[in-house]
Amino acid sequence: MIPYLEKRAGHSQTMVYISPFIALGLTLLGGIMLFSLLGKSPAQAMHAFFVAPLTSLYGWAELGVKASPLVLIGVALSIGFRAGVWNIGAEGQLTLGAICGGCVALWLYRVDSVFVLPLMMIGGILGGMFWASIPAFLKTRFNANEILTSLMLTYVALLLLSLLVHGPLRDPDGFNFPESRIFHDTASLPIILDGTRLHLGAVFALIAVGGIWLLLSKSLIGFQVKVIGQAPAAGRHAGFSVNRIIWFTLLLGGGLAGLAGMFEVSGPIGQLLPSISPGYGFTAIIVAFVGRLHPVGSLFAGLLIALSYLGGENAQITLNLPIAVTGVFQGMLLFFLLACDVLIRYRIRFKSVSGLRHG
Amino acid sequence: MVDVLIPAMITIITASTPLVYAALGEMITEKSGVLNLGVEGMMLMGAVTGFIAVTQTSSVTLGILVAMLAGAGMSLVFAALVLGLQATQVATGLALTIFGIGLSALIGQGLVGVAYEGIPKLPIPLLSDIPFIGPILFEHDILVYGSFVITVLLSWFLRKTRAGLILRAVGDSHDAAHAIGYPVIRIRCLAILFGGAMAGIAGGYLSLAYSPLWIENMSAGRGWIALALVVFATWRPGRVFFGAYLFGGITILQLHAQAMGAGVPSQVMSMLPYVATIMVLVLISRDRKKIKMNSPACIGQPFHPSS
Repeated sequence: MIPYLEKRAGHSQTMVYISPFIALGLTLLGGIMLFSLLGKSPAQAMHAFFVAPLTSLYGWAELGVKASPLVLIGVALSIGFRAGVWNIGAEGQLTLGAICGGCVALWLYRVDSVFVLPLMMIGGILGGMFWASIPAFLKTRFNANEILTSLMLTYVALLLLSLLVHGPLRDPDGFNFPESRIFHDTASLPIILDGTRLHLGAVFALIAVGGIWLLLSKSLIGFQVKVIGQAPAAGRHAGFSVNRIIWFTLLLGGGLAGLAGMFEVSGPIGQLLPSISPGYGFTAIIVAFVGRLHPVGSLFAGLLIALSYLGGENAQITLNLPIAVTGVFQGMLLFFLLACDVLIRYRIRFKSVSGLRHG
Repeated sequence: MVDVLIPAMITIITASTPLVYAALGEMITEKSGVLNLGVEGMMLMGAVTGFIAVTQTSSVTLGILVAMLAGAGMSLVFAALVLGLQATQVATGLALTIFGIGLSALIGQGLVGVAYEGIPKLPIPLLSDIPFIGPILFEHDILVYGSFVITVLLSWFLRKTRAGLILRAVGDSHDAAHAIGYPVIRIRCLAILFGGAMAGIAGGYLSLAYSPLWIENMSAGRGWIALALVVFATWRPGRVFFGAYLFGGITILQLHAQAMGAGVPSQVMSMLPYVATIMVLVLISRDRKKIKMNSPACIGQPFHPSS
């Protein structure tokens, strides 16, 4: 018996939702194999990875801390991916958001006002939007591939951050460490759950999910995004401007990534450092896909991926597992998901060897 | 002056070589109509596995071979997903890069700080004695010579051979190629594997020759620069080679400027290759017609024999 693929008459909507779960199952199986290869008891490792982090309220709060940036960026990217705009540089936009938000905090270092935080948020959003506007401009004006330009800009952004914390933004009393001053309380995100690090950013992530869901389902631009992504010719025929969609999706992605970056430095980190993100901007790509390019899906996918970060940290501490396992898990999940997605458009059939026609 | 120039030229060649391999490999993959964004991930896997093989067995041949196989192995996963399971090429390529970054970091855990003297130089007798040109061109390791040879070979392959013509046909119109009877899937699979093997060698060159050690993420975006180079070169081997040297030159120039203390912060200098990539991409892409005429017409499109 040889399996082969048979095209379905239409897309299977059921499979769209089942596929992530099959992928998750396969990823867990892959994880068991991986842990065995690393010489750890799979049961113990799986427990340390996926159960132990969630056995306390603090753990759940940490899940929210990690999920906030992932969800914020994931929902924004999913809109772009739907329209076929591949913003791969969210990490750079996040970095710029952190820089701009952080600059506001340091600039208003001695100001004790409730306006400091909102100003930082605006700074973060504008910073991210600015960074995303470069690929948008280069794409619409010069036809330059946004995948490559946004990615190159990520490297530039990381170097820019390094430059700033080694130079102009370095803490004058910081013994020459490449760190900025620690932000004042007025510039720190309020904690929404006492005794944990869960911050206001989580609320904004939820707002973003709701807002973008409304945008996609109710607004004209949301409709245009969907049409351009699924049937570009139809979109052009209807007079939808592709350039407008490119600008819109990139600016939205950049803005939310920038906001996420500002939340990171104003919340969990509390200052500008040479490295402010464990690759949230890249991992958010996985969030968007696992979340089926849907805002609510991105929320759950964000929580799942956040758990892989938490689990990785926990397994490193308790089992001495290398932290890189997290990245392998995340990569595996995306691989399996893309593989399982074949079931949306195709059915698996079997044919006997004798009847095999060479295809 | 010559004392400075010769080492500078030599380092430019070593900085360019990995780009030559990675970009030529990706070019062949793209010629078949497949866009593989996983170059960075495949390079890193090549780098880490090649380094392990060399430090464990001290056989250079084995090191290069393992790096090649690792790259090809990674690309096989990509091929299975894209060709077998009809997955989106862009997303799958990204997955390959994310996975490769993670897996190489995991494999390379114990290697941080392990030293290796670098693969040996093989001066070509007589030729290396030519003043000035000799030391620049003919005192390199096997992989540098290989990059010269493979550029010429691929140029010949695409222009003059039947197989090269078939490859281009598959990339320009998979339906027509299929109708004539060419095995589109198999040809694409081979092209993807070739791209993977070349990316593997490129990565291996980084960890075995360019800076003989293993650091997480040591390719530092070179895989992505290679992707941009293919567009810049409008899918032509000679121009890929030229582009790679342009970037190698920029990389080395900025390193030298940093070393001499040009008064510009080192981070600004380090930005140069990335900014240059963007600029070059803009310059070439603004001519839409040129891109359209030169890019493989079926790039990025899935193919299923039954449809």
